[in-house]
Amino acid sequence: MPDERDDRDDQDVRKLEMAIAFSRTVPHNQALGIRVLDVIGTEVVFELPYDRKLVGNPDTGTLHGGAITALLDACSGAAVFAALTELVPIATLDLRIDYLKLAEPGKSVIGKASCYKMTRNVAFTRAVAYQDAPDNVIAHSVGTFMLSTKHGKS
Amino acid sequence: MTPPGTLIDRMIAAKASANYQGLIDLVPYASFLGLTAAMQGDELITTMRYGDHLIGNPALPALHGGTLGALLESAAIFELLWRAETVVLPKTITLTVDYLRSGAPVDTHARGVVTRQGRRVTNVRMEAWQADRSAPVATAHAIFLVMRS
Repeated sequence: MPDERDDRDDQDVRKLEMAIAFSRTVPHNQALGIRVLDVIGTEVVFELPYDRKLVGNPDTGTLHGGAITALLDACSGAAVFAALTELVPIATLDLRIDYLKLAEPGKSVIGKASCYKMTRNVAFTRAVAYQDAPDNVIAHSVGTFMLSTKHGKS
Repeated sequence: MTPPGTLIDRMIAAKASANYQGLIDLVPYASFLGLTAAMQGDELITTMRYGDHLIGNPALPALHGGTLGALLESAAIFELLWRAETVVLPKTITLTVDYLRSGAPVDTHARGVVTRQGRRVTNVRMEAWQADRSAPVATAHAIFLVMRS
């Protein structure tokens, strides 16, 4: 596949491959049709293609806010993984989403998230969802994640 | 492309016949999530039936955080549609979800409670639980624009 980006380094390429492989193992990402487009540093870019099954208002064909929530949750978590130096389990503590306007029917929604602060226990993320161009923002979110959560109970 | 008032008309009909599920079946995304709704006592409870496609962490396994957020938002919207005297499609302005426990691969229930009904915006608190209602998997609050457009 042609690669027009030249601002990725080797580590970004490795992280992108990991993010793509990881997202493939997440059933809900697959059910939504989410694609991992890019990882640059601690910033990740996901795509949610338009799909009629994700529509919230059948009269207008606009996507349900829940699908945008899932996109922003998924790419925010991926941004934390991109910022980690070693892979540890993480858990979302909270996620706030502001819906600025409805998504336009028929078009993909891009989710772009970054992890802007990492402490020993907690990672902080911010993300936007947009269509067509990064300044055409439809939703904005901030999230917090707990690091090194217990992996399973059994 | 948009037949005037179609969704609203069908919602009014669903309300008139106390057909909670009819209200939900109008929304494709709600079917994708496997949402059902039913009155339990005087509460409108929204349930997300478990399906493998809802999993976000296959290692645990645990539900995807986005599915819980969507369930909570939907429970609030159904509560608003159900309680309101006139049917107005609420627009979500902001939604904040606190994730308290990982969601087990079982059915999840949710309920929204209106904390303030204003002329233009409504504040709603929500919670989602699985087997034990006293141990919610997630809580949330949201603000909706409820003006007629």
